[in-house]
Amino acid sequence: MNGFFDIPSDLQHSWWGLIGLHLREALLPVLAGLLLALPLAQLCVRVRWLYPPVLGLTTVLYAVPSLAFFVVLIDYTGQTELTVMIPLAVYSLVVLVPAIVDGVRSVPEETLAAAKAMGFGPVRRYVQVQLPIAVPAILAGLRVATVSSISLVSVGTLIGNQGALGNLLADAQKYDRPELAVNSVITTAVLAVLCDAALVLARNLLTPWMPRGTRTRPRRAGRRELPEAEKAAR
Amino acid sequence: MESVTKRYPDGTVAVDRLSLEIPDRSITVLVGPSGCGKTTTLRMINRMVEPSEGTILLDGADIQQQPVTTLRRSMGYVIQNAGLFQHRTILDNIATVPRMLGWGKHKSRARAAELMERVGLDASLGKRYPYQLSGGQQQRVGVARALAADPPVLLMDEPFSAVDPVVRKGLQDELLRIQEELGKTIVFVTHDIDEAMKLGTRVAVMRTGGRLAQFAPPAELLSDPADAFVEDFLGADRGIRRLSFFPSAGLELTTGPVVPADAGAERIAASDAPYVLVTDAAGRPLGWSDPRDLTAGDITPEGLLPYGRPFVPGTDSLRAALDCAVLSPTGWAVAVDTDGRVVGVASQAAIGEAIRDAHAAGRADDARVAP
Repeated sequence: MNGFFDIPSDLQHSWWGLIGLHLREALLPVLAGLLLALPLAQLCVRVRWLYPPVLGLTTVLYAVPSLAFFVVLIDYTGQTELTVMIPLAVYSLVVLVPAIVDGVRSVPEETLAAAKAMGFGPVRRYVQVQLPIAVPAILAGLRVATVSSISLVSVGTLIGNQGALGNLLADAQKYDRPELAVNSVITTAVLAVLCDAALVLARNLLTPWMPRGTRTRPRRAGRRELPEAEKAAR
Repeated sequence: MESVTKRYPDGTVAVDRLSLEIPDRSITVLVGPSGCGKTTTLRMINRMVEPSEGTILLDGADIQQQPVTTLRRSMGYVIQNAGLFQHRTILDNIATVPRMLGWGKHKSRARAAELMERVGLDASLGKRYPYQLSGGQQQRVGVARALAADPPVLLMDEPFSAVDPVVRKGLQDELLRIQEELGKTIVFVTHDIDEAMKLGTRVAVMRTGGRLAQFAPPAELLSDPADAFVEDFLGADRGIRRLSFFPSAGLELTTGPVVPADAGAERIAASDAPYVLVTDAAGRPLGWSDPRDLTAGDITPEGLLPYGRPFVPGTDSLRAALDCAVLSPTGWAVAVDTDGRVVGVASQAAIGEAIRDAHAAGRADDARVAP
């Protein structure tokens, strides 16, 4: 296939460069989302009534089209990677917050009672008991968030070529080179599959205590279809 | 515990002016129907639940006076389903409290391994995770974990309720054995009156509404229930159960109907009993037989009636002896020594006599105690 990896010079990156950029733009927001979701979820666990409004808010934010986000953010952060990453981080919350809350709440009552009775304070209980036991649920959430984020980075094309591999789609049209579009789709999909596999591996390494065969499956967001994520995952 | 009350904000009274003196180095069982406040009472001892009124003293000091985590680390706690940390290995589970107390990794692990042996767990299970163990094994780990830092007090909240009866009996026996070795102050909550009677040095029967109905040793509960509630809670077979506390040592045994398999016809004819117990050369029981069949000639084990389960005089109670007699096809209980050799047989009538004597002795004791 002639010129399959021949990336137009307006993108200022090689194929590998685009992959690196894509991963950075996709994974940093998920990491930021996780760091934001952990305290938020803990707040929701401790203050029960807070959970429904927080869940509602993350869902509403998820429903805001990325284009609308860009329009608002461009005034502050310009046509930069950051403008792409902020909405992605916000989107990841809709998956991560419920995943962590469910995970922490899934810790059996008697385990918590035992921890308390053995003289675990609240902080120790959270760090040494609740969080480790929530790891499978958290990683299930991370898988969905990561795959979804990888596919969503492409929309960054709309704000001055910040879409990494997604830019290839625009260039395919601009230069009438359909092979660039194929490259974009396949590379994105492979990245998503590889990242997902890495997370599964991480989970298996982190949870040797899980019974084999009953590991939790990744939870789908369920609120809104994730066509791009689904497509990328396949 | 001095006049301790727990009232919840909605007005429900879980425990009502409860006063209990829990003796050192013995097992105190709290028993009662569900909702009687027995678990709440237990949880007030390690301040998982704070009392609304009253004080709880531990060795004369108010438990409110030390930090709650320090208090809890000085008390072992065992709960139903064990509540193990599923993300930690068995060894690490047991080593939890020693690690928190700053014992160091090596010492804690060594202590955990020692405890595994003490509760009857194979050392090879140490590297496993809780999901790989059976319910009974998990419960043993729960007990080991509670004992890890060698706390003087052990709180047990229905620890054996979720395992099957056979495993439960094993765990109860194990607990009694461990208690004999370690002499902890154990407070044990259960809804099972049989378990309470078996384990308790003293048993506190609680009634709905969180009030103490009676606090007494098991034998006294059975002989002198304080009121209709306690009597009802003890069940219809209170009289039979009470026999568990009467020794069978004084039971009159007879060796008349006991004949060795190689005995001559005249020896058999000499016993005028309707049945004779045939034993092997070592004196172990083989079975019951009609003497007329024996005189007729050869003895085959198939031709004998089963002798049921024998009892050991002195070790077993009159309840065990009576049970043997009731189960025996001839109505006679077979008594054996610890090596399984027959020492004699007892008729139901003889057992009945022994029961009457035991009751009379009990009454005489009561009369002496009463001024």
